[in-house]
Amino acid sequence: MMSTANEVGKSSSKIDLSPEKKVSEFNEELSLAGANVHTKVGMIFFLTKRYPLGFLGLFLVFLFIFVALFAPYLTTQDPLTTNPAISLAAPSIDHPMGADFMGRDLFSRVIFGARTSLAVAFGATILGVFFGVLIGLASGYLGGWVDLVLQRLIDILQSLPTLILAMAMAAALGPSLFNTIIAIAIPKFPSIARVIRSSTLSLREMSFVEAARAMGMSDLRIVFRHIFPNTLAPLIVLATAGLGSAILVEASLSFLGLGVPEPHPSWGRMLSESASEYVRTAPWLVLFPGAAITVAVFGANLLGDALRDIFDPRQRTAN
Amino acid sequence: MEKLINEFSNHIHVSNLAEATVLEVENLKTYFFVKQGVVKAVDDFSFSLKSGDKLAIVGESGCGKSMTALSVLRLVPNPPGRIVSGSIKLDGKDLLQMSESEMRNIRGNRISMIFQEPMTSLNPVLSIAQQIGEALILHQKLSDKDAFDRSVELLKLVKIPEPLRRAREYPHQLSGGMRQRVMTAMALACNPQVLLADEPTTALDVTIQAQILDLIMELQDRLGTAVVLITHDLGVVAETSERVIVMYGGRKVEEANVNDIFAMPLHPYTQGLLAAVPKLTTLSGKESYSKRLQEIPGIVPALVNLPDACTFAPRCAFATDICRHEYPPYTNISSSHKVACWHVAKVC
Repeated sequence: MMSTANEVGKSSSKIDLSPEKKVSEFNEELSLAGANVHTKVGMIFFLTKRYPLGFLGLFLVFLFIFVALFAPYLTTQDPLTTNPAISLAAPSIDHPMGADFMGRDLFSRVIFGARTSLAVAFGATILGVFFGVLIGLASGYLGGWVDLVLQRLIDILQSLPTLILAMAMAAALGPSLFNTIIAIAIPKFPSIARVIRSSTLSLREMSFVEAARAMGMSDLRIVFRHIFPNTLAPLIVLATAGLGSAILVEASLSFLGLGVPEPHPSWGRMLSESASEYVRTAPWLVLFPGAAITVAVFGANLLGDALRDIFDPRQRTAN
Repeated sequence: MEKLINEFSNHIHVSNLAEATVLEVENLKTYFFVKQGVVKAVDDFSFSLKSGDKLAIVGESGCGKSMTALSVLRLVPNPPGRIVSGSIKLDGKDLLQMSESEMRNIRGNRISMIFQEPMTSLNPVLSIAQQIGEALILHQKLSDKDAFDRSVELLKLVKIPEPLRRAREYPHQLSGGMRQRVMTAMALACNPQVLLADEPTTALDVTIQAQILDLIMELQDRLGTAVVLITHDLGVVAETSERVIVMYGGRKVEEANVNDIFAMPLHPYTQGLLAAVPKLTTLSGKESYSKRLQEIPGIVPALVNLPDACTFAPRCAFATDICRHEYPPYTNISSSHKVACWHVAKVC
């Protein structure tokens, strides 16, 4: 994380004329941007210049969303059609990424796999963050027996390894896309709830919370207006890191036959199915789905780091 | 600027025009129930405030000054604290009888508070305008846009240069003095009838202190707000207040006009406090140059399970048996000067 932050600093100093000029120029830019903070477009334009790596991350994430949405228009062959003639074919013009042992075009499968993987990653992360934040805020702010009960439930969930719990949930719910999302979200929310709770515990003692109360705010408003935004920095990092791990957990579940059922293409299953048997004879079966996962996770992480810098004003002028 | 002030003055509640009592606190008792026993943080405390009044509450750390202010807003941390008895009347209506939602309507709207630490009393992730605007959106139901414009006006009122730019900045971009000005702007946003300033200048250096105090007093004069200034700095009291309450061990030990407190302190504790203030003559007079400053012997008692006696007795040179067994009643020296001491005659 630190190295990324430094890289961001370095790359922006390349754009600037001199490092000394940077701070004042940034302030000037900020005040200039301040004139159109209300127009979101102006703000986005300004932030793009400020965080080029974050922009790359945003680009990659958008690219995968784009690929997932327009998969049928980007491919020429059906990802599910088998053709024994091209079983384990090497990459060629017709099959840019080759074909798997059942003779399915790998390029189509990787493109369509973006749908599955990203649906699971975003679905599970959003669901996990939603419940994690609600439980964390309630637990930390209300304290007392609410905190006690919620934390013991979380203890129970956390005492099981993520994958085992996800497996148990997936097995209980049965294989389907939506059930996979739930199965991955359930082991994910306790750690988010813990982080949110611990920041809430320290934040609720801050004098700005007391000041907000003295201003006549209700508890609900204090929690969502004053406490929640202060927990965004760790939350965004956790959530974006979670995007990658959700893809990986989905892969493991699919490999065990508990995740997204065959024949829907999933990067993780493509990777895990091929890794043991064909890694020597047909390495492209491992390389391309692996690269897809790597780039997606990398993009999400870059975006996460930049978002953290943007949402936490304290870090904005720090570098 | 003048226009702005006039506009503000127009908002002032009608009751402020007459010399009506705005806030009346009677026999307030705020106790904390802890494992070791009962802490009487505020005990049998009374004061009243007319519109435009400048009242100072002075005392050492832990004497219950801040708890008095929090009690008025009903923000005493509960548990372990609780307002046990007494009444707090705002325009004749008892705040202690109100529901929580009625109370929220009072806070920040008719009674507001400036907190001690400007560094931590502002939310680091909300812009200045958002924080000032919050009270306006909450109590006056302004739109976001109107609240923003009003916030800029308020920043102008508290004399922050470049208010339009500052309004969009975040607390970490402001100096301590500016943050305290922002806090003042927040507190005054809804033209409150009563402003509780809890050591508003302790965290600031001396020149900024003077500026902030001048600002608060100037705005108070123009807006007619009654101010309760909570402080431990007698210098601040002398400069800014008209009336003074000296607090010790959760109780009011002396109340007087500011001139009387300095010219004729009657409670041994007040006398001790004044003797402990360094004076130019003590420091520069040749023979007294090496003389030690007077201190009050002993320390502030722990407020747990205090006996019903004069809390100052263990440290008092005049203390006799009666002081250790019964709390002294208030002696009225004049209509404005009250003191709680068994030995007023001896002390003067």
